[in-house]
Amino acid sequence: MPDTLALTPTRLILIAAFLLCGVVAPLLAPAYQTQLTELLLFIVFALAWDLVGGQMGYNSFGNVLFVGVGMYVCVIVQVGLFYNVGLYTEARGGGTEFIFDEAQFLTGLAVGIPAAMLACILLAWALGSLVLTMRGHYFAICTLGLGIAAGQIAAGIPWIGAGSGMLTPNPPDALGDVGLLLYYLSLGLAVVCALTFAWLLSTRFGLALNAIRDDEDKAEAMGLNTHAVKVTAWVVAAAFLGMAGALYGNLVRFIDPLQTAFAGATIGVWMILMALLGGRGTLLGPIVGAIIFQITKELFWTYMLGWQRVALGILIVVVAVFFPYGIVGFFRERSKQKSRIAEERT
Amino acid sequence: MIANLQILLDAPALSLQLLIDGILIGAVFALAAYGLALVWGVTNVINVAQGEFVMLGGFITVLCADYGLSPLIGMPIAAASLYVLGWVLFQLVIVHLVGRDMFNSVLATFGIAIVLQQLMAHVFGGADRIVESGLGSWFFLDGLIGIAKVKVLVFVACIALGIALAIFLARSRQGQAIRATAQEPRAASVLGIETRRVYALTFALNAAICGAAGALAAMAYTIHAYGGLAYTIRSFMIVVMAGIGNLAGIIWAALSLGVAENFAGFILGVQYQIAFVFGLLVVVLVLRNWRLKRKRLYLR
Repeated sequence: MPDTLALTPTRLILIAAFLLCGVVAPLLAPAYQTQLTELLLFIVFALAWDLVGGQMGYNSFGNVLFVGVGMYVCVIVQVGLFYNVGLYTEARGGGTEFIFDEAQFLTGLAVGIPAAMLACILLAWALGSLVLTMRGHYFAICTLGLGIAAGQIAAGIPWIGAGSGMLTPNPPDALGDVGLLLYYLSLGLAVVCALTFAWLLSTRFGLALNAIRDDEDKAEAMGLNTHAVKVTAWVVAAAFLGMAGALYGNLVRFIDPLQTAFAGATIGVWMILMALLGGRGTLLGPIVGAIIFQITKELFWTYMLGWQRVALGILIVVVAVFFPYGIVGFFRERSKQKSRIAEERT
Repeated sequence: MIANLQILLDAPALSLQLLIDGILIGAVFALAAYGLALVWGVTNVINVAQGEFVMLGGFITVLCADYGLSPLIGMPIAAASLYVLGWVLFQLVIVHLVGRDMFNSVLATFGIAIVLQQLMAHVFGGADRIVESGLGSWFFLDGLIGIAKVKVLVFVACIALGIALAIFLARSRQGQAIRATAQEPRAASVLGIETRRVYALTFALNAAICGAAGALAAMAYTIHAYGGLAYTIRSFMIVVMAGIGNLAGIIWAALSLGVAENFAGFILGVQYQIAFVFGLLVVVLVLRNWRLKRKRLYLR
């Protein structure tokens, strides 16, 4: 539906207001800076999941694979540019030997994030040709297996800290508040991600994605090179997931192979939940879903300490069973009904 | 890795040991996979919480053992509790998923799996648990090969349960109703079968089977609050290899998986055993799909 993405004046004002909120938010609420950064990264996760899951109908349960790979590649580059990675992980990143000065830290990030993106693009391209020929639940469970296998493999490699994980470089004191830098980087990534997807979905490519979702065989019969479209979408999603993963690793500062990097039971399924909560197959849905999810999650964490994971699990079940079209889907359905009633009256 | 391979080649007795152990654990996988295939075939829901049912059955047996009950009494208790849980979960959640998009059922049962995992970790702790059977081992070839008696007991019990279930499905009135509903739910309901009840029965029955499998797994192997997903993936892989409703195929695939996994665990190192299981899943799916693709088909 390209017409729904057209930039009307109201929409432009809304986007500008959103951007303004994003820019001033950490200054107004510095106490919530980490949560806000996380929210922006969640928006990227949800959008990237939705490009393949919602728009193309390939429901991946293993997108966390790219998050984890991005995280590890970024930190390896950040450290590896200046020190020996093996020694660094052995020393648990601590001590006085592994100090990153201002320039080193910034170069590390500046090289690490594109490297994470590149690694994910290559990985997605290589895997996509194999995995994307599967459909439906076979694809879903195959990707679930991929994500968990990657975590288990990472947990067995001593060079990157094996099961005890890896610490990201300590930011130098001279740099001031690195959290703010990460926030604005995340904001930039989220905005670029949303705009790229909006543009992609307004082109023929977006139509091709929806055609594959609606009926892949017919789309192919119409002469569409479905395989190329599928792999491209998967690669684009992976590129954003990798960059978001790189930032996420630096945000949490500690990369555990199973709990942070390849966390299929948390981030991996949360991104699906966010997209679903907001509304699959819409551009606004994943953004709205991520905002609501992040607020819910923080409330659960504050008021249900120890039981928050149980509560989130129940939320997943409830949304999947009773609310599969999400908030945006619900309102869209209602406005359609309203216009139908209005038509009937006239 | 090469060194481990060399050890295997030098000591054929060790290979035999791995082979036997693999076959013995394979029976537990077969039981869980049979349950998954049953639910998949009848309700068209893929139950991702399958492994959590297995683990929960194991924990209930552990709990019974803590109160001094023999695991052989713990097993029926585990199966019965899981039957009730399965029934309740069906009425609350699964009933809404029957006949809907497969994605919803995978996501919803994944949510159930997360809830069960977390609850088990809360209640039983995050450590590996096992029920001491107190049975010894048989030794062969001058003690080169040791077979734990309890593993053989578990193997026999799994096969017996599987056969009992197959006979139940083939012969009993209820089993007939389940098969009829699997073939054509509309026709079945026209002929007076309450399909909703049949779905509930199937799901609860599957949970009970998993509970029994978990009880047996707790006797001979370890169970862990987060160990369920590996069982789910194994079950799924076995069903994909064998096809739904093919008991002989499921047993064959499960035993081969047990053997393959044991050898991989030895050659690659135990820390990569789970990675091997998940990696093998990807390979199995890709290969099966690739073979179909040459005929311009895909896995359905």
